[in-house]
Amino acid sequence: MRYSDEHSLLYSQRETQISRFKAWVLLLVPLAAILFQVYVPLFFQFLAYLDLPLIVTIYFALMRRSPIGGLLVGAFVGLAQDSLSKNPLGMFGITLTIIGYVAASVGLRLDVEHPLIRLILGFFFYVFHQFIFWALSRGLLAQQVAFETQRTLVLGLLNAIVAVSLFHFLDKLKERS
Amino acid sequence: METLLNRYRNITVLLLVIFAQLILLAYQVKNDSDVRLIRVWAVTAVTPLARTIEGARGGTEGFLQNYVFLRDTHAENERMRTELGRLKLENQFLKTELATADRAKALQVFEQHSLSKMIAARVTATAAGASATAVFVDRGSTSGVEKGMGVLTPDGIVGKVLAAYPTASLVLLATDPSFAAGVVSQKNHVRGILKGVGHGTCRVDYVQNEEKVDSGEWFYTSGDDRIFPKGMPVGQVTAARPGNPFQEVSVDPAGLAGGVEEVLIVLQGVHQEIPDLKTASQAVYVGPPPPAGPNDSLPASAQDAPNTGTNSASALPTDADKIREHYKDVANAQNHKFGDNPPGSKPVDFNFQLKPGDKSAAAAKSNTTARPATAPPASAVKPAAPPAPKPDNQ
Repeated sequence: MRYSDEHSLLYSQRETQISRFKAWVLLLVPLAAILFQVYVPLFFQFLAYLDLPLIVTIYFALMRRSPIGGLLVGAFVGLAQDSLSKNPLGMFGITLTIIGYVAASVGLRLDVEHPLIRLILGFFFYVFHQFIFWALSRGLLAQQVAFETQRTLVLGLLNAIVAVSLFHFLDKLKERS
Repeated sequence: METLLNRYRNITVLLLVIFAQLILLAYQVKNDSDVRLIRVWAVTAVTPLARTIEGARGGTEGFLQNYVFLRDTHAENERMRTELGRLKLENQFLKTELATADRAKALQVFEQHSLSKMIAARVTATAAGASATAVFVDRGSTSGVEKGMGVLTPDGIVGKVLAAYPTASLVLLATDPSFAAGVVSQKNHVRGILKGVGHGTCRVDYVQNEEKVDSGEWFYTSGDDRIFPKGMPVGQVTAARPGNPFQEVSVDPAGLAGGVEEVLIVLQGVHQEIPDLKTASQAVYVGPPPPAGPNDSLPASAQDAPNTGTNSASALPTDADKIREHYKDVANAQNHKFGDNPPGSKPVDFNFQLKPGDKSAAAAKSNTTARPATAPPASAVKPAAPPAPKPDNQ
């Protein structure tokens, strides 16, 4: 078997593993994540560092394995997050659109059911998200913000650990084929 | 063409969506305005949910305290233990309630005593984003809140209204890097700009290195920014050190200490005076002037000056006094009287060399002509003795 045939086969196998979700799950889970982010830190300040909208976007993009679906979920969640933040509309929107697209593209090539892969992807996408947001803040809004590498790496690890647990819970909401 | 679009469909959609959001972003930045409709929808949709969740939380807490914890009251031991637990919880609950009532009362008292027109509001949610330094409060444009209004507590300033929606407002906290307010120090009236640093503390910018700012000193609003009325407390200085080009002054914002739950929004600000620093006024002992040493050549007038005690310091000769006295002696030796010089009279020769006899004669002459007869003689001048201790009457 030639490499290209093998690659195509693997690709098509991944495409057949597309997870499907009910409409209410796709609507309510991101909404709950956003509500969590705006409400829970009032009582538990340390939970403000948990970026649930990002984790949810990564999950749906990875599991649906559709770049267009991923970027649309990202844009929807990002714009909703923007509208409840102090940033101009589009900052989180653009960031999560790119994250959704890249996550779905990665989902087509990797076995995203494995917890270790999920941990690494969660960490990578958190850092990537922070980097894009930082670049947009400096480039588009001309804000003099510093990229805090050490803090980002630590928070990336914490978010990745939470993401693995949350992904496990969200797996139970998948439609059974 | 169709094949090409199908092949690059994903990336095309990605670029289109990003482009659309870039346009949206550019519109807001260019016009310095918001797409208000989307935000109003989002906030109006979320605020009732947040209120419902808050209500449910309070209700559940009450339900748990009132019913679930009393489930096993039939068993004696369990009942006692549960009762104790319930009472403890209730005590804690009442303490919290009392603290809330105290805070509300403090706000009310502050609101009544302040000249500014204010409205009380409650924090209902934080803004989205991992490092959110903004909160939502439950008062909006229907309550008269407008963008740019100052938000404070009796302890100090909290932030300013970033956006006012019908039922809620977004408040930018003083710790946000984009927050700025004009401030002035209490002791030395040093002016600066308060800015957030993204976490717990704030800094005061544009304070010259030469200006004196002490650690522990209070900063107050200066009223220059037209957001906060003058005289509102801001916070205490935690550190002040020289920097380049300005001093680095860190301030602990007093209004944000211990979290923010209830706040006051300044609808109409009235400037107030910055309270004076209370310093202990201690009596300062001023000693008598030192006795004239053998090498001291006190001018005659200085020696003749009456020692009244209070202005004894003025009798001390300075270089200027010595020069003045020398010129007076020179003038007296030449029979010249200052202030009485008709046109054509000979001016004083200040290079005139005085002889030892001239000096004492000039001094005597000066005494007889210039001084009143009631002036005490030179021999009467003595250094003032330190005040004798008063007898203890007690």
